[in-house]
Amino acid sequence: MISTLKGSILLENGTIYDPCNNKIIKGAILLQNGIIKEVGKFTPPKNVKRINCQGKIVAPGLIDIHAHFREPGREDKETLATGALAAFSGGFTRVCVMPNTNPPLDSPESIRFILEKAADLPIHIFPIGAITQRQEGLELTEIGEMVQAGAVAISDDGLPVQNGQVMRYAVEYAQKFKIPVINHAEDTYLSNGGVMNESALSTQFGLPGNPDISESVMVHRDLEIAEFTNGRIHIPHVSTARSVHLIRQYKKKGLNITAEVTPHHLGLSENTLSQFDTNAKVAPPLRTDKDRKALIDGLMDGTIDCIATDHAPHTIEEKEMDFIHAPCGMIGLESAFGLAHTVLVEAGAKTEQVIQWMTDGAARVMGWELNPFGIGCPAEISIIDPKEKWQFTESHIQSRSRNSPMVGMAFKGRVVSTISGKYFFGKQLD
Amino acid sequence: MSILKNKHLIGLEHTPADDIQLLIDTGFTFREVLDRPIKKVPSLIGKNIVNLFFENSTRTRISFELAEKRLSAEVTNFSSSSSSVNKGEGLKDTIQNIHAMKMDCVVMRHPSSGACFQLSKYVDSVIINAGDGMHEHPTQALLDMMSLQERFGKLRGLKIAILGDISHSRVALSNIFGLKKMGAKVLLCGPPHLIPRDIEKLGVEINSDIDEVIEWADALNVLRIQRERMGVGIIPSIREYRNYFGITQERLSRHKKEIIIMHPGPMNRGVEIDSSIADGKQAIILDQVLNGVAVRMSILYLLLGPEEEVNA
Repeated sequence: MISTLKGSILLENGTIYDPCNNKIIKGAILLQNGIIKEVGKFTPPKNVKRINCQGKIVAPGLIDIHAHFREPGREDKETLATGALAAFSGGFTRVCVMPNTNPPLDSPESIRFILEKAADLPIHIFPIGAITQRQEGLELTEIGEMVQAGAVAISDDGLPVQNGQVMRYAVEYAQKFKIPVINHAEDTYLSNGGVMNESALSTQFGLPGNPDISESVMVHRDLEIAEFTNGRIHIPHVSTARSVHLIRQYKKKGLNITAEVTPHHLGLSENTLSQFDTNAKVAPPLRTDKDRKALIDGLMDGTIDCIATDHAPHTIEEKEMDFIHAPCGMIGLESAFGLAHTVLVEAGAKTEQVIQWMTDGAARVMGWELNPFGIGCPAEISIIDPKEKWQFTESHIQSRSRNSPMVGMAFKGRVVSTISGKYFFGKQLD
Repeated sequence: MSILKNKHLIGLEHTPADDIQLLIDTGFTFREVLDRPIKKVPSLIGKNIVNLFFENSTRTRISFELAEKRLSAEVTNFSSSSSSVNKGEGLKDTIQNIHAMKMDCVVMRHPSSGACFQLSKYVDSVIINAGDGMHEHPTQALLDMMSLQERFGKLRGLKIAILGDISHSRVALSNIFGLKKMGAKVLLCGPPHLIPRDIEKLGVEINSDIDEVIEWADALNVLRIQRERMGVGIIPSIREYRNYFGITQERLSRHKKEIIIMHPGPMNRGVEIDSSIADGKQAIILDQVLNGVAVRMSILYLLLGPEEEVNA
C-alpha cells in the first residue's frame, strides 16, 4: 500500500545499482523527508528508520515512456490518479502518457491540464502531445507551444500517420524543438481489419489476420523519412522480426532513431489467443515465437533501446464483447517488471540489463539525462528482488481496469517497493 | 451428460473422429425417420431449445427448427439484424438472458468468430454452433460428410476439393477439420488471394487450376461467392471468375469423368455453378439439404437426449 516517508530513512544492505554508468555503489542511501541526503559509505544519524534491502537491488525508479491514462474523457477506464498508482505499484516513478484521450492532447491547454492534474500525484507524469490536430493525420498541432507547456514528445499513438508528407513535415518541424516523433507504425490498408497476427493460427481460429508487414512497411517508410530528413523518430511497440531487422540496418547508418518493445510482445505469442481471450487482443497483435525471439535479440544487441508498457486500460464491458468488437489493449504497469524480467533472464539477460532497459534506456529516448541517487534530489527509487517467485493475480492490479492476460502467470523477479519523493509503495515499514 | 466427448458442438477442430462417425451414423438412423409418414419422435420432449440468429440465415435456421420439432423439443426463435451486433453489444446481454431463461440448449449463429466458444464459458446450456464468423460451421460440414458417406460408402481416402473464397469461409474450415480427421484428402482451389496464408499447415493441398482439380477429385464442394466481394477490387468480375473457377456445363463436359458436385447453398446460379450442373445428376445438393435435417437431429439427440441407443 501507499504511505509517506517522514524523517530519516536508511536503505541499507542492498546492492545499489546505477544503470546510467553500469556500476554498483557500495554502501547505503539516506533519505530525509523524501530527499536524498547521502549515498555510499557514511555514518548514519541516530534515530534513523532502517529499511533492510538484503538480497535486493536498489535501482532508480522505473520509467515508462508509453502509457494510456484515459484522462480526460474515459475516466471510467483510468484516471491520472489511478494510472499513477498502478505505475507506482509496479516500480515506476515516471510515466509518459499518450495523447489519444477525448478530447486528444493536441493543444498547449490540454498539456497544461494534464500537468496541473498530475502535480500532486506520487509519480511524475509527462504528457506526449498529438502530432496532428484531433489526431486526424492531416494538420500539424502547435508543437512548439505544446513543448513549451511541457510536452516531451509527439505522437498520434493508436492512429498511424498514414500520409507520408504529413509525417515528413512533423519530423522536420519537430527537430526545432528537439523532441522525438513517435508514430504508431501500421499500414491500416495492410492490417485490413485484422484482429490478431495473420498466420496458420488466425486461419484456424477464423479470425481476420493482421500481417506482420502492416507494421514493417510503415516502419520502413518512417526510417526512410528519418534518414532523408536527418530527423528524430522513435518507433513504439515493435512487434515483428521484420521491423527489428529494418531498424538494425538503419541504426548501422548512424541515424538518430530509437525503438521500444513491450513486455507482452516479449513474453506472449499469438498462441495466447487460443481461448478467444479478448484481454490478449492488442495492437500491434501478439506475434509468433520467432518474432518474440527476434525482439529479445533486438534488445540484447541494442537495436531496441528500451521497454515500455503500452498500458491500455479498457472496461470489463468492452472486453466482454465478441472478439471482433472488443477493443485492443491490455494493462501492463503492474506486471511489467515481473514479465520482462522473467522472459529476459530466461533468455540470458542479467537483471541489471533489464533495469537499464526500464530506466536509463527509456530516459535516453526522451533525451533525459538521469542523475541516479543525486544528492539533494527527491528520491526516485525501485527496490527489486531479482529472485522472488510470485504469481501475478488480480490483487496486484491497482489500475481502474482489469484487462490483463498476465493474470495467473508465474514470474521471477519483482519490484518490492517504490519510493518517489516522500511517497512509498510496498509493505508497511516497521 | 451426452455420450459424446464434448458437451457442446462448437467446432470440428476439437471433435474426435469417433464422435464425428457416431454423429453421421446416427444421422442415417434419423434419415429413416424422415422417410416415415409421421416424421416425429418423442426423444426431446420437455427440452427447451432457443435458436439465436445474429446473422441472416434461412436454410440453416429452418433446418434446425425442423430437426428440433421432429424430436418434439420446445423451440424458441430469436433473430436479430446484424446491425445491433455491429455495435458489439450483443454477447454479454445474450449470455445473461440465456442464463435467466434456463435454456437446455442454444443454437447460435453469430458474425464474430469465437462467439460460441465465448458463450460456452458463461452459460450452462449446451451450445451448438450454427456458424460463427469465418471460424466454423460444424453442422454444415457434418451434413456434407454424411452426404459423401451416403454416396461413396466411406470417407477414408476420398479426394475432396473445396472451391471458392476459402479465406472467408467457415464451411471450408469445418470441412477441412472434419474431412482430415476422417481420413479424406482435401484440396483447396480458388483465387490465390482468397486462400489463407499457411493453410497448408492444416494438412491440405492447394491448386488454383480448376481443370487439374476436376481431374483429381472424387467430389467438388462448390462454395457460394459472396456478391459483396464482386466488383470491389477483390474478385474483378463474374465473367472472369466463371472463366477461371466456374463449374460450367462446358467445363465439366470437357472432362469425361464422374464427379460429385456439392454446394452448401444458397447458390449463385450462373456464377460459381451453372444451373444445368446444379440440377443435373452429378449434383447431390438436395440430398445435402435432407441430410442436414437428419444430422442436426442426430446432433441434438446425442447432445441432449437420453443415453440409450436410438430406438428408431
